[in-house]
Amino acid sequence: MLRLLLRGAAGSARKNGGRGPVAHLQPLRQYSSSQSSGAAKVVAASLLTVGGGIGGTVLYAQWDHKFRATVEKNVPYSDSVFGLILGPAPQNAGPPVRTQLESTQPQSMLEKRAKTSKVQSEKKVKGTTETEAIEPTPTVSVPAASMEEASVEATQIISASGDVPSVPAPCDTEPTVVTGNTHEHCDECHPAGPEAVLHGADSPTEQLVERPAEEVSARLAQQDQDEQNVLAAVSSSLEESLACSARAALQAIGAQEAALQAINQHTQKLKEAMEAESPPEEKSVQWKDLEAALMDRTSAVTDATAALQKANEALDSLRTTIRNSKDLKVAAARPLVLAAEENLHKMAVDLDRVVAQVQSAEAESKIVSQYSDLVQEAKLQFQKEVSSLTPEIQANWKGLTGKLSSDDLNALIAHAHRRIDQLNRELAEQRVREQIHIDAALQQQKLEDQRVLENAVSSSLQHVKEEARLEQERKMNELREVMEAEMRTQLRRQAAAHTDHVRDVLKVQEQELRAEAEQVLSSKLLDQETRHRQLTQEQLDNFTLDMNAAYARLKGVEEAIDSHLVAEDEARRAHQLWLSVEALNHTLKTAGAEEPSVPLDSAAQIVRDSCREDDFASALAEALPAESLSRGVYGEASLRARFNSLRSLVRRVALIDESHNSLYQYFLSYLQAALLFEDQQVAPPTQLSSEDLDPFKLLSYASYCLEHGELELAAKLVNQLKGEARRVVEDWLTEARLTLETRQVVSLLSAYANAVGLGTTQAP
Amino acid sequence: MSERELGRKLDRCLADGVIKLGTGLGLGIVFSVLFFKRHTWPISLGSGAGLGMAYSNCQNDLRSHYLLHRNQKVER
Repeated sequence: MLRLLLRGAAGSARKNGGRGPVAHLQPLRQYSSSQSSGAAKVVAASLLTVGGGIGGTVLYAQWDHKFRATVEKNVPYSDSVFGLILGPAPQNAGPPVRTQLESTQPQSMLEKRAKTSKVQSEKKVKGTTETEAIEPTPTVSVPAASMEEASVEATQIISASGDVPSVPAPCDTEPTVVTGNTHEHCDECHPAGPEAVLHGADSPTEQLVERPAEEVSARLAQQDQDEQNVLAAVSSSLEESLACSARAALQAIGAQEAALQAINQHTQKLKEAMEAESPPEEKSVQWKDLEAALMDRTSAVTDATAALQKANEALDSLRTTIRNSKDLKVAAARPLVLAAEENLHKMAVDLDRVVAQVQSAEAESKIVSQYSDLVQEAKLQFQKEVSSLTPEIQANWKGLTGKLSSDDLNALIAHAHRRIDQLNRELAEQRVREQIHIDAALQQQKLEDQRVLENAVSSSLQHVKEEARLEQERKMNELREVMEAEMRTQLRRQAAAHTDHVRDVLKVQEQELRAEAEQVLSSKLLDQETRHRQLTQEQLDNFTLDMNAAYARLKGVEEAIDSHLVAEDEARRAHQLWLSVEALNHTLKTAGAEEPSVPLDSAAQIVRDSCREDDFASALAEALPAESLSRGVYGEASLRARFNSLRSLVRRVALIDESHNSLYQYFLSYLQAALLFEDQQVAPPTQLSSEDLDPFKLLSYASYCLEHGELELAAKLVNQLKGEARRVVEDWLTEARLTLETRQVVSLLSAYANAVGLGTTQAP
Repeated sequence: MSERELGRKLDRCLADGVIKLGTGLGLGIVFSVLFFKRHTWPISLGSGAGLGMAYSNCQNDLRSHYLLHRNQKVER
């Protein structure tokens, strides 16, 4: 009996496809009833074998980890066994952890070097501006401002292209002042020429800064001004002193000549007075004239000496002035100085000449005066003799021929004879000593002449020297001027070349700048234009937007008003719809415990009427199933009750389907239902697996759902039943579907009515 | 109601069974009495046949849903 049952159960288990993978349930253990020792031996042997196998496996697993892992994977619960015996599996660190090598690069020396080199290059750049300035100093003795560089370049250009080799001007030349070199070195040029060269060469340590052009020109102008001033002063002083001395010289010359004249006149008069035999009245007149002439002469001579002194003083002052102006070393004053010197020389020469003339005249007059003195002396002596002889006779004895007596006359004649004899003797003596006297006189004269000659020679030598020096000065001046002119031409050429170069550069720059400026201008213009256009566009857009906005608002307002009307209308309609749907909903609730609800037709009709314009609602209203309209629907409670009564029936026919539907199967099914116990209600899982499709389980799920009011889920679950069970619950399912459908439609409608109602009601 | 169908079928089966069993039994008895000298085998034959026919009918009735007749559409 038991075997039969077991076989049947096994067979049914096989046939029942819904069981799923069948685990070999009750392993059929074949009890061995023999109690013989052979069996014990066999058991012992088998136990030993099994133990040995397990021990060997464990040992090998301890040694080989891969084997252990394989065994653990394939044999269940072996990992726990291994863990108990061997301990946890060793953590076989797979690939070794790569320690991260810090790739810290050493402070790149390149960077440092680059930095230092950069600094150096910067320094170099700074330095080059200095050295650049300094480099031309050896070539040009004047330390370089940038102008100097340009001038140097210009000189190089000129020397390269020109035929005249440009001579670097030594600083000695005064033109350095004129050509506008740096002021400091200009000042230094003044005292000593070559000094400046050295100074220029030693100035690399100085920081040369190019003065701005205005300053340079200002300085130049200042220098020019100073020069002009000095020149003016010098010239004025020279002129003054020249004029003064000229005047004085002329005066002196005039005075001297006057003196000469006076002396000559006096001499002449004296001679006349001496030699001329004239009547006494004329003699006295002559002597008076002579005295007058003498006075004139003396006065003239004193005047002349005074004038001469003045002239000398003036000449001395002129000389000092000339020396001072020479000391100033102003170039332009040179010709003036030269002219002044020449004038001075001329005046000195004239003065000397006149003085010499006067002196010669004086010498002559001295001779004549000596002669006259001698004559006078002789006369006096004679007079004395005559007076001693004839005391009563007056001096003017020539007129006294009638008054004298014969004694007197005889005495006189005797005296005269004696005198004549004396004189003849003296004359003879004189004739004898004539030669000696003449020689002595000649000697004296020679000496005198020599002296005079020496004087004249010395003075003329001086004059000649002076003239030669002047000539030299003049020649030097000329040469200097020529050199200066040449230098000027060279510099002019330099300047011309420089100006040309500068002009070219400026032209190029101008072009570049113009192009740039034009580009900038055009770009700016473009920017401005685009901006302007943008602005206008923006304005237009804004205006359009505003207009559109205003129009839209207007439209919106209109629409709002219209929609208000429409909304009110709709609200009214929605209210109606809602009411009708509520009525429909209410009719649903009229379902009793066993009877269906009243037919929904009338309520549905009302709903249809109230939603004639609304497609959705009308569609929904159409969607109500016909059965519900004509017959009504069952309530949930009735369905629940029906299900509960169905359940047992379903349980009883659980095994019946198309293939298993013999009466025996029915019997078996009944038996199963009697013997199988399941939970009354089980919460259905969220996902049904194939195990859950067992009718009993489904029934418990469905029962649970129904108890919890989920008719839909219960219907779904019940829908999973197959075979006869399904046929049995078909009607219930249909009813449930109907109810669900109707309820869905009604809920949709009510929701829709609510929504419409909510949508149309205006919030305060 | 679909759930009542089975009951109805079973009722029919039972009724049918009873009738057939009774009829078989009766016929058996009759035949046994009349023709087969009061042996018991016609009674058991008759009742057995009756029962068998009832069983078969019941089974067919119960299966009838799953078997489509040639000119019959089964409404599910």
